[in-house]
Amino acid sequence: MTTANQSAIERYRNNFLKEVEANVEEGHMVKMCMQCGVCAGSCPLGNAWEHSPQKIFMMIRAGKRDEVLGSDSMFMCTSCYNCIVRCPRQLPITHIMHGLANYAHRLNLAPKGQPTRDFATLFWNNAIKKGRVNELTLTLRHYFRGGLVSGIKEALGMQSIGLGLFLAKRLNPMEIFGGHGVKDLKGFHAIIAKAKEIEDRKKGFTA
Amino acid sequence: MAKKEYAFYPGCSSQLKASASNYLVSTNAMCKSLDIKLTEIPDWNCCGASVGYCEGGELPRIAINARNFAQAETHLPGQDIVATCAACWLGARESKERLDGSAQLMKETNEALAAAGLHYSGGANVRHMVEVLIEDFGYDGLKAPMKKSLEGIKFAGYVGCQTNRPFGIDGESFENPLYLDKMVETFGGEALTGYDQKVTCCGGALAFSEPEKSQKQIRDIVESAYDAGAEMIVTPCPLCQANVEVYQSEINKKQGTKFNMPVLYYSQLMTIAYGGSARDAGLNGQLIRAEKLEKIAGK
Repeated sequence: MTTANQSAIERYRNNFLKEVEANVEEGHMVKMCMQCGVCAGSCPLGNAWEHSPQKIFMMIRAGKRDEVLGSDSMFMCTSCYNCIVRCPRQLPITHIMHGLANYAHRLNLAPKGQPTRDFATLFWNNAIKKGRVNELTLTLRHYFRGGLVSGIKEALGMQSIGLGLFLAKRLNPMEIFGGHGVKDLKGFHAIIAKAKEIEDRKKGFTA
Repeated sequence: MAKKEYAFYPGCSSQLKASASNYLVSTNAMCKSLDIKLTEIPDWNCCGASVGYCEGGELPRIAINARNFAQAETHLPGQDIVATCAACWLGARESKERLDGSAQLMKETNEALAAAGLHYSGGANVRHMVEVLIEDFGYDGLKAPMKKSLEGIKFAGYVGCQTNRPFGIDGESFENPLYLDKMVETFGGEALTGYDQKVTCCGGALAFSEPEKSQKQIRDIVESAYDAGAEMIVTPCPLCQANVEVYQSEINKKQGTKFNMPVLYYSQLMTIAYGGSARDAGLNGQLIRAEKLEKIAGK
């Protein structure tokens, strides 16, 4: 992955805005930001992150590549879309945050062990494995992410909830053996592989 | 022939024994009363949800949504796609808008679909069940099959995020959407218009990865319902429902609160109002029992 990062640095030199415009989902809208700060005040996790979207956008224009791509801020996005509907310049802020997170993650510059980065990766891999989410294995893998001991502790802490969901028929222990999925799994995986191939080529992830 | 037919996209959480299985049970009962025929999109797949962004990227996410569109377009021609899950609706509709707006993206998406022998030509409208109810039936139309009133129950209408933003229901405001309150009133319930956390985020997927931050959100949402005098919360979103109901016991344990607020789907309210049983409405799927609704169902 460092090769993809190096080639991006060489290609865009000091123009990080150009790099974002070319490679980040909806990145071409970044320069529309007028720094009003409504997004920062509208975010439910506003007090949890280091850089608000407003700051991130200015940092992009100022060429602060390492700081932006190493920030944990994008991973604080709950996808509530409050910033999008309130932005007076109609920037698709949520999508840009997702796009930046994806770009930083793919270049392996995103913070290591960032909980939402890890959970989001787990979620996607779980969903595409069989084409439909397996809630049981998703939850268990998440609890056991830090190893057996912490996993048992965390799972035990949630056992009354798990039992409640099981009794309410909203959790199926048998999903450990597979669970729901699409029938044409081969075709489904072929679509994703092709889409990924096109995107990786375009965004320089293959380097 | 049914009054209305739709290509149904139930989504992962609605499946048998999944976290929102009672949403599907009550949706089926509700649709039966309204004479709606839902046909599942053949072999539908996950929408990728919002949190899929990190690993999924842009094109793979759009391509898997387009796979569902292609299936609907081919097997259920002319029917609108209807999703009950807020995230499914959002993921699908967002993908559709991107594809509608970019010939390049459409080309690349079809290149990906071709790997499975599929093609998407741009049809199939993507709608949320609430849109269908309000736009295709209207409040009066929804009231027509009503057999029982929900009189005497006070509801906090928790709309949440993704059924409300960025698309929302046509004609409603993002800051104070009124449709859920109107639905409650249509069926004789009392809608608490003073409920001030109506559109607050429950934390979404971050309930897993950032439990403390999310539980702060959830605490606000539940506490405000109590403050407004609510006996139950009603919501259109399966993740809102799960997060707000499931974590109440955790918050009680950690913060010494005594939350015990039932969280229902609009489809459960409607099923009971249409004379369905507690089982038809999936009330046996509640972690926090909705006793007042059960009582009406048993009458």
